[in-house]
Amino acid sequence: MAAPMLRWGCRGRRWALAWVDGGSCHRRGAPTGSTSNRIRGQSSLAQQPLRTAQKPRKGEHKWAAVVGLEIHAQISSNSKLFSGSQVRFSAPPNSLVSFFDASLPGTLPVLNRRCVEAAVMTGLALNCHINKKSLFDRKHYFYADLPAGYQITQQRLPIAVNGSLTYGISAGKERGQVIPKTVRVKQIQLEQDSGKSLHDDLRSQTLVDLNRAGVGLLEVVLEPDLSCGEEAATAVRELQLILQALGTSQANMAEGQLRVDANVSVHHPGEPLGVRTEVKNLNSIRFLAKAIDYEIQRQISELENGGEILNETRSFHEKLGCTVSMRDKEAKQDYRFMPEPNLPPLLLYDATSLPTDADPQQVINIDQIREMLPELPSVTRERLVQQYGMLPEHSFTLLNEVGLLEFFQNVIKETRAEPKKVTSWVLNIFLGYLKQENLAVSESPVTPSALAELLDLLDSRTISSSAAKQAGVQWCDLSSLQPLPPGFKRSASQVFEELWKREGKTPGQIVSEKQLELMQDRGALEQFCYSVMKDHPQVVMDVKKGNPRAINKLIGLVRKATLNRADPAMIKEILEKQLSL
Amino acid sequence: MLGQTLREVSAALKQGQITPTELCQKCLSLIKKTKFLNAYITVSEEVALKQAEESEKRYKNGQSLGDLDGIPIAVKDNFSTSGIETTCASNMLKGYVPPYNATVVQKLLDQGALLMGKTNLDEFAMGSGSTDGVFGPVKNPWSYSKQYREKRKQNPHSESGDSDWLITGGSSGGSAAAVSAFTCYAALGSDTGGSTRNPAAHCGLVGFKPSYGLVSRHGLIPLVNSMDVPGILTRCVDDAAMVLGVLAGHDPKDSTTVHDPINKPLVLSSLADVSKLCIGIPKEYLVPELSSEIQSLWSRAADLFESEGAKVIEVSLPHTSYSIVCYHVLCTSEVASNMARFDGLQYGHRCDIDVSTEAMYAATRREGFNDVVRGRILSGNFFLLKENYENYFVKAQKVRRLIANDFVNAFNSGVDVLLTPTTLSEAVPYLEFIKEDNRTRSAQDDIFTQAVNMAGLPAVSIPIALSNQGLPIGLQFIGRAFYDQQLLTVAKWFEKQVQFPVIQLQELMDDCSAILENEKLASVSLKQ
Repeated sequence: MAAPMLRWGCRGRRWALAWVDGGSCHRRGAPTGSTSNRIRGQSSLAQQPLRTAQKPRKGEHKWAAVVGLEIHAQISSNSKLFSGSQVRFSAPPNSLVSFFDASLPGTLPVLNRRCVEAAVMTGLALNCHINKKSLFDRKHYFYADLPAGYQITQQRLPIAVNGSLTYGISAGKERGQVIPKTVRVKQIQLEQDSGKSLHDDLRSQTLVDLNRAGVGLLEVVLEPDLSCGEEAATAVRELQLILQALGTSQANMAEGQLRVDANVSVHHPGEPLGVRTEVKNLNSIRFLAKAIDYEIQRQISELENGGEILNETRSFHEKLGCTVSMRDKEAKQDYRFMPEPNLPPLLLYDATSLPTDADPQQVINIDQIREMLPELPSVTRERLVQQYGMLPEHSFTLLNEVGLLEFFQNVIKETRAEPKKVTSWVLNIFLGYLKQENLAVSESPVTPSALAELLDLLDSRTISSSAAKQAGVQWCDLSSLQPLPPGFKRSASQVFEELWKREGKTPGQIVSEKQLELMQDRGALEQFCYSVMKDHPQVVMDVKKGNPRAINKLIGLVRKATLNRADPAMIKEILEKQLSL
Repeated sequence: MLGQTLREVSAALKQGQITPTELCQKCLSLIKKTKFLNAYITVSEEVALKQAEESEKRYKNGQSLGDLDGIPIAVKDNFSTSGIETTCASNMLKGYVPPYNATVVQKLLDQGALLMGKTNLDEFAMGSGSTDGVFGPVKNPWSYSKQYREKRKQNPHSESGDSDWLITGGSSGGSAAAVSAFTCYAALGSDTGGSTRNPAAHCGLVGFKPSYGLVSRHGLIPLVNSMDVPGILTRCVDDAAMVLGVLAGHDPKDSTTVHDPINKPLVLSSLADVSKLCIGIPKEYLVPELSSEIQSLWSRAADLFESEGAKVIEVSLPHTSYSIVCYHVLCTSEVASNMARFDGLQYGHRCDIDVSTEAMYAATRREGFNDVVRGRILSGNFFLLKENYENYFVKAQKVRRLIANDFVNAFNSGVDVLLTPTTLSEAVPYLEFIKEDNRTRSAQDDIFTQAVNMAGLPAVSIPIALSNQGLPIGLQFIGRAFYDQQLLTVAKWFEKQVQFPVIQLQELMDDCSAILENEKLASVSLKQ
């Protein structure tokens, strides 16, 4: 499968690599000129591709990047892969270490059933073939946080192979359109995590914490079907959502439950693949995209300048925004793999192969796990689009923000308002406020119930919203980026702002305290209409002459006079009556 | 009392003829007397006396835990024992005190057995003489037996004194010496290529290697995980069966143990006749290096079965000759892997060098392991290199399969039990033994025992007779996997027929002060 091609000067698609445009209009990808110059000690490199783009010579102007990922996901389980020690983040150092985890001589691994189930479940969710027989191997290397001197992994015959991961890239000409892309999953293997080394350079000593040693990992190996940082980032985000939906990993990158290494190379399409580098130390999705894009550009620049790419391990430097060679990983390791003799082959069964006399505690039935699979994110999104008529892009946003889908569903449950209106409020107003204050959904001062009540008030026309419709501004349509209607600002928005202040008041209380209700007194409103017509005879003339837009101007004037507390529909009706239209 | 079998002394305890504390003290005193044998690395006197005291209470209250309650036992120093130093006879683990008991140790203690101490071995069980441990070689009690000494006096060329003492065989030589010298009634060895059967043969004991997967390895510091089995050394077959009955069974801590393979408790029936038995004699085991004496005893044993009505047939195990080289590759590879954890960071020896972690690793491992261990680590790492893996490790695994299939084919042809020699010769003097290096010795001495470990089969060495020199000779029976009980039943019948003599150590007991003098000289020269 060929990787998508990158062309110099290609614009417009968000996922196209940024630096090709010289960094002038793209937010992503390339390191800024000054940073990259400093790193590489060359002043004009960042501009060079642009010149090439202007005068491409045949065969030299096309580069394709090839990106493959190795993703380590910590399995969400009570105990470790081969021992009974608890698994917990940020416990006191070395407090969760069994004799086996510390590799005391004579201890033996005992496979954790939960971890196997998690691997099978993840494999099924990623459309993998589940191997009914898989094997464990030892991978040897000396490191202080690897007490046995080897890691138990599945090198020869992993538990799951040949799957695929479909993710969506926001692109295309139409707003809200999402283009599905697929990356092949080479394999999923069960393996042990290592401990953590803490280097104290001051006292030149290394402290070792074995709490993490032996925690179960799923290593998901993606084939090099990706071609840029954003594709990689989106694929990883999708995998993260799948793992979280399955409950097989909490997949929190900041806590190290999801770790990604990227293999990056560039070549001219049609020619053999280039030498690849491995980029490590990618502990957020944003850095993942940045590091890959940086590395692709670095390699292109290197090659364009007659240099060569070394097969090496590079680390992403967050502050500098670049990758740097990891000297201590330069020496080529021979891991001296051999079969783990203390673990018999891992045998799995399905409904047809399950022995009749099998003890359910001793066997794992793939079909049974398949039945237990929860709704996967792609299905959830499809359901949201079908059920609530939202755009695909909105369904992505709802799932991508942690807790947002649940918030949305709770609002839907409690309000009479249209789902479209809920979608709009949640994604535009609510999410906008959260982003502005950099809050997570769980930290929101506005509860789903409060927002639901607010939407009910809107719905019952206790506060204005039909004004917006009257004016023809579909503010609830997210495809519109027009400013919110004035009526909204005066009432609903004001209520929302009050809610945000965490004063514990319900929307109803706020509305009555602030006198935000729509005017219900028809007589008073007729009086306002009469005064406006009297003060603006010219506009009245225009209406009578048949100018269709003149009536809107009168409506606007009346609303202004009522401090936006009047229902525009009612105003229109009164005006029409008074003007005998 | 001390010369009795486990079964006999167990009965004596039950009948109150002796108390556990008395028995324990007798054994402790004999351990002290026979210290020069170097059978024990650690004598756990306090632990044993405390256990004896508790056992005595149980007997008084009529709450005995069973046949093993109050019985002194010894454990090879490569089984983890909670609170008791476990060294593997290596500098690397000097001072290492495990926080847990190996499953087999725990099972013995749960039955009320008294742990007398930890027995000597070749460093990390790598050897066939019990001569290559950091605490010095183990001496074969038969060196001091009346039977051997009398023969020696007849020989004008033999030197007087202790300088020609014999090796025990190995690597479980300490356990063999401990049982043979009556300091305990049973001992745990380990058996990876013959390490239990070989010293049993040299020390006139029953040495039993159970089927792989029958007895837990949890807590046994590994040599070759895929071949290691805890072994049992006793004075008779019934004792071995009794201990096996306690040890056998699935262990949740060892995933390679199988569920419910045998009935327990394990009581062997006495075979009335052997006419329904088919004994196989593997022709490849008749090698030129085999001593003529053992060859003739082997053939007499076959005749015995035949004369009692058993069918005795020649069988072929065609891949036997590849066993040694195959074992070398597989063993060293696993050794290289298993030894990786000894890096000086968490436990055991650590060097003084601290310029870098790598320098610390290197110096620690150089100081901690002897030449034999280091040599095997180097070889193993060579075989596991990416460029060599297919040519060595994978090929060796294939040969291993062929060797295992040889046995399957023999058993499928109707053979119940195979009968072979255990060793090429009787025990040799230490000075003779160390003329060859460890690797050569191991390759020679494991020749009859090793293939069994490749195939995971049960095998037992039974002492058959004394040689012309007055030294024990053992023969080996090999059974089908998990037919341990059948194997021991046949062995028991054979044991009854041959009536192997009891070691006569009275002279040793009386004379040990003189021997101790010589011992000092020997150990001085050894440490150089």
